[in-house]
Amino acid sequence: MPVITYREAIRHALDEELARDENVVILGEEVAQYDGAYKVTQGLWKKWGDKRVVDTPISEAGFIGMGIGASMLGVRPVMELMFWSFAYVAWDQMINNAATIRYMSGGKINCPIVIRGPANGGTNVGATHSHTPENFIANTPGLKVVCPATPYDAKGLMKAAIRDNDPVYVMENTVLYGETGEVPDEEYVIPIGVADVKREGSDISLIAHGRAVITCLKAAEILAEEHGIDCEVVDLRSIRPLDEETIIESVRKTNRALCVEENKPFCGVGAQIASLIQDRCFDDLDGPVGRISAVDAPAIYSPPLEKLQLPYPEQVVQKVLAMV
Amino acid sequence: MKPSVADPEHHIDPTDFAQAAINKSLTPETKIRLLRDMIRIRRFEETAGKHYNAGKMGGFLHRYDGQESIAVGCASLMGAHDHMITAYRNHGHALSVGMSMEECMAELFGRATGCSKGKGGSMHFFAPDKNYWGGHGIVGGQSPLGAGLAYYVKYKGLKGSCMCFMGDGAVNQGAYHESLNLAGLFDLPVIYVIENNGYSMGTSQARSSVYKNCLAYRADGYDIVWDLINGWDLYEVRAKMQIAVQRAHEESRPTVVEINTYRHYGHSVADSKAKVYRPEDEIERFKQQNDPIQLWRNRLMEEGVITEAIYHELDKAAKAEAVASVDFAEASAYPEFEDITKDVYFEVDEFTEAGRTGRHFFND
Repeated sequence: MPVITYREAIRHALDEELARDENVVILGEEVAQYDGAYKVTQGLWKKWGDKRVVDTPISEAGFIGMGIGASMLGVRPVMELMFWSFAYVAWDQMINNAATIRYMSGGKINCPIVIRGPANGGTNVGATHSHTPENFIANTPGLKVVCPATPYDAKGLMKAAIRDNDPVYVMENTVLYGETGEVPDEEYVIPIGVADVKREGSDISLIAHGRAVITCLKAAEILAEEHGIDCEVVDLRSIRPLDEETIIESVRKTNRALCVEENKPFCGVGAQIASLIQDRCFDDLDGPVGRISAVDAPAIYSPPLEKLQLPYPEQVVQKVLAMV
Repeated sequence: MKPSVADPEHHIDPTDFAQAAINKSLTPETKIRLLRDMIRIRRFEETAGKHYNAGKMGGFLHRYDGQESIAVGCASLMGAHDHMITAYRNHGHALSVGMSMEECMAELFGRATGCSKGKGGSMHFFAPDKNYWGGHGIVGGQSPLGAGLAYYVKYKGLKGSCMCFMGDGAVNQGAYHESLNLAGLFDLPVIYVIENNGYSMGTSQARSSVYKNCLAYRADGYDIVWDLINGWDLYEVRAKMQIAVQRAHEESRPTVVEINTYRHYGHSVADSKAKVYRPEDEIERFKQQNDPIQLWRNRLMEEGVITEAIYHELDKAAKAEAVASVDFAEASAYPEFEDITKDVYFEVDEFTEAGRTGRHFFND
């Protein structure tokens, strides 16, 4: 099976969907002639031209809102945010318009839009460029939020997002863009709302999304090799809709759960998962549900410190050792 | 400085807009229909106001009384690929595009038979089948959506436009300015219509905006053609808007128009007297001298198109229709509790494969 990067996997998804549906349009800052700020869209403008791959001015509220309006009539825009941190200047469009237009029209209008881009810290770009708003989005009925961790998932989920008739917000990760993984040449789509057990185990369930999945997989290796602890790693893949059954099944098997995320702790994704587990698996638990989140402060710039602000494998290892 | 819409090439006599081709071609029947449509809006709003004050509905109610010529005049120019979107003072636009009083009144009453099944309320009426896209509650928030609707028209190579309405209070929102830049840059067939009633909520134009010449003139900075329209003259609204529509159809270029108007009541029911920030004699003067319905009625009487009796018939019918719409609303059921979580996700409502994977709603 071909091994490609996370970045290439997303690009292939965009390219294939551009070919499949003439209503798909890629819009965003530097996505066309510049080939993408993070090169996700590299070559697409050259291949598809001005109509299908469109550079926008730095004007998120304007162009995101424009995409939402166009989607109401049937264009299927895939909008790139250079950083998800820039979503905040388009928040009214993304929350007030995209999420509610179907509801407030009594189901008469759809908004089949994809808004995608990196949402992560860990690259020393300071607090304004390091936000992880998946919990905000998941808190908004009408929206879907997807956080792929691997190239395979990134491609399959992106295709599902583009074909979905509701607004889907895809949160990628600049740290993962260069990571490689096996991605088949054949067409495949990964349904949104289906988690994936990335590693099977019997002693504890590590529940994560996005890059935290990779962190958990590394921790699981250390725990297996050095401590004989067998971790199961559940990758949520999408936050809303949420695959609760896979989480529950895993916790019923391992009887312990640790939620790991790069989001901040208060009302973070882990809080929702912990609530679910106590509700559905109370009698299965051998101990309290654990949580690891980013250190609860704006993203620090200082490189060695930022490494410690986000979850890292040794931290997960220590937490698991304290729990089992 | 002169507005560039009404340039000589369009052959419009600025002293008599009735002579513009788009108005000369009006049949007496259509002129009467325009009058009827304005009266229907007035009676609808009056009736809604009465029942609001009687505690029959919740939330806000932003009445359109006094501004009817704008929605009616603009809607009368819409063809198959011309779209309309506006802000929260949207009842007039909804009725102008052909939505029924019944579905609109029922929406105000929060009933399941309302145009949005009781889920939108006063500020959120929609009828995509009539090219009407709302009905938006956040000041200026609809302006990028208007650009997007126009984007579709252009993307599909259609001869069409999107008329995106807003109040004078919206012109200071960033989203509006971003939309102007995008509209100019991408050659979008969008027409931004500033319905200038002089007050952004309770703050007068002089106290809320700094500008050169007029609010529409700001478009000049985006190299977008603009114009000022006297909203009390239906002929002028139609004549000048038609030029903007033509520009959208023929050149795929945007236009900004500012239409002067006046609202007879407050920003919403919360300040229905509206005398705190508006002198009483000003309100009276506009009601007496600048009521678009009375001005159009007088015009049609002068032209011999209608008689006093016809006017009263139209008025009587509009009143009866409004009363009947209340009866319809009151006889209608409220949405069911289960309806709260319907119309959130298409994929869930339609039982598609995508709607069946994962949990979408998180109550017990």
